[in-house]
Amino acid sequence: MEKLSILLGKSVQKVTRLRGNGGSALPGLVIERTNPKFVRNILSKLPYGVVVVSGTNGKTTTTKIVTELLEAEGLKVFTNKTGSNFVRGVISAILKNIKLSGKFDYDIAVLELDEAHAVKFCEVVPINYALLLNVQRDQLDRFGEIDHTAELLQKVAENAQKAVVLNREDPRVGKIKAKHKVFFGLSDTLLKKFPSDDNLLDKADIHSSTQPALVTLEKLNGQKASYHIKTSDYQTNLTLKGIYNAYNAAGALALVSTILPETDSANFVQTLSKVESAFGRGEVFKINDAEVEILLVKNPSAFQLSLASFVDDEHDYMIAINDNIADGHDISWLWNVDFKALPSVKMVSGIRATDMALRLKYDDVKVEKIEENLETAVDKFATANKKPKRIFTTYTAMLEIRKIISGKSLL
Amino acid sequence: MNLNILHLYSKEMNLYGDHGNILTLRKRCEWRGIKTKVYTHEPGQEIPNDIDIIFGGGGQDSGQSKIEKDLVRIAPELKEMIEAGTPTLVICGLYQLFGEYFETSEGQKIQGTNILGITTKGGPTRLIGNITINTPELGEVVGYENHSGLTTLKPGTLAFGTVVNGAGNNGEDMTEGAMYKNCIGTYLHGPILPKNPRVADFLILKALEKKTGKAQKLAVLNDRIEQRAHKVAISRPR
Repeated sequence: MEKLSILLGKSVQKVTRLRGNGGSALPGLVIERTNPKFVRNILSKLPYGVVVVSGTNGKTTTTKIVTELLEAEGLKVFTNKTGSNFVRGVISAILKNIKLSGKFDYDIAVLELDEAHAVKFCEVVPINYALLLNVQRDQLDRFGEIDHTAELLQKVAENAQKAVVLNREDPRVGKIKAKHKVFFGLSDTLLKKFPSDDNLLDKADIHSSTQPALVTLEKLNGQKASYHIKTSDYQTNLTLKGIYNAYNAAGALALVSTILPETDSANFVQTLSKVESAFGRGEVFKINDAEVEILLVKNPSAFQLSLASFVDDEHDYMIAINDNIADGHDISWLWNVDFKALPSVKMVSGIRATDMALRLKYDDVKVEKIEENLETAVDKFATANKKPKRIFTTYTAMLEIRKIISGKSLL
Repeated sequence: MNLNILHLYSKEMNLYGDHGNILTLRKRCEWRGIKTKVYTHEPGQEIPNDIDIIFGGGGQDSGQSKIEKDLVRIAPELKEMIEAGTPTLVICGLYQLFGEYFETSEGQKIQGTNILGITTKGGPTRLIGNITINTPELGEVVGYENHSGLTTLKPGTLAFGTVVNGAGNNGEDMTEGAMYKNCIGTYLHGPILPKNPRVADFLILKALEKKTGKAQKLAVLNDRIEQRAHKVAISRPR
């Protein structure tokens, strides 16, 4: 049965690719209909089993970190790099990597799944580990309320047979119940720089949780990070930028230390220092000698943290806001972000450029230009001068901007 | 001139950019040389004297359950203020609880302030998406709705507006929100005030008139960006 499905799936993949459809969803759909146990049968044979990474923010980069940490220890890791993070996307990724003979030569699967799809996935495939990052306001029009999102993650946690790695500083994730829990956390000093949605506008009553954590991010000075892992401290220079990436790395370290308990923590930290950010998340492009950095912002916490990490006097800033399905139709979250740290914004763009300009007006941040068309906006912004530049962007605007910039620049 | 704004349950009922509504009221006063002070009301606290504008937002179910008792406690005071003409804006969760009751899908009845003549029942699905309504006094109003409660106006209760595009109170009778004296209840967030400056100015004007006891005129502001954002929002698909 599996061999037949592989043949069928690969054929569909080939046909859809020939017809120029990218071929992400259809092969998965065909397999789902004809052989519903396909994913389960393939993935449950992996010696280390399946790891699910979920939460509102940081899934993609964290999955990348976990994958690279495990690979550096010699494991063959299967992952869904394309970011099509639902069961069909996983099937397509399997089809691309499996031999016609049925040979699926991996030790472990590390999969990024959004909260709703993670639950559906767990109903079909047994998982060994889950890394749950955070529950923040994101695309409420898709998931409803954040308490509901937390319930989804609770279900994922109940399915993890070996261990669940939890962010102890997140008020909802920290409370998740599971048989074998492992926590990652922040030192008190760093916690204050890390507003959650609940205290975004009220930072007075923030205090660190008392749960003992396997890994804590102790200090962060520029790119210099200090982690406490098990019983020792480790310093390193990160390639990843931003406080949230440094913190998600703590989650990744806690997870890999649980999967490979014998490995020297120093090895993990050494590998971590070289991990680069994922697609569209802090990538830097060069246009006319000016560096342009793209920063994905999908919800208020991510935007707030990005502003805290990436605003200075040296850069020019652009913000691009779309309201397509993948961005969330409801853009009211922009009003939960405090923009006063921005000196000025050279360009606002995207479908909801005017909404962004309006938001900035109410925070007394000067907007020099509103240009809804992304291509025109990027062109004007990027070529205006040789100063380094940063673009804060929602998801679908990021995809477009990346395409526009790749056409102009040397990657 | 100085206006005092009361923000009801700012901690528990602050979903969907409600902070933006308060900010809009403050800024539009500030730009006209009117000073403002915002008082937040949390469960157990007393309502300060001299409140000129009342605002309350939406919350999650858990937030709602934390404020129900307190809301009933302060209901007579709120009612007296609104009867006297205090301009008020309540959105989503607090709009529902400003009615007679909210009946959950399990049949449990949560008592409201009964200031607005409405009743609400938990519905089977969420009504989600961009919404445009027509209001008799304030023209076209645009926002975003996301609610599972279905609200019915009792006989004699005025709607805030008529649905042009979207679901509104219940997805059936084309009504959206409710209005009593200068109290507006609505499902529209987005937040509602930045892109609908006429609604914000209505609240400010009524507050000034009540405070001074005579007719007032607000200085005209440059609302070019507001109007453009309003137009873009109306053009977006559901």
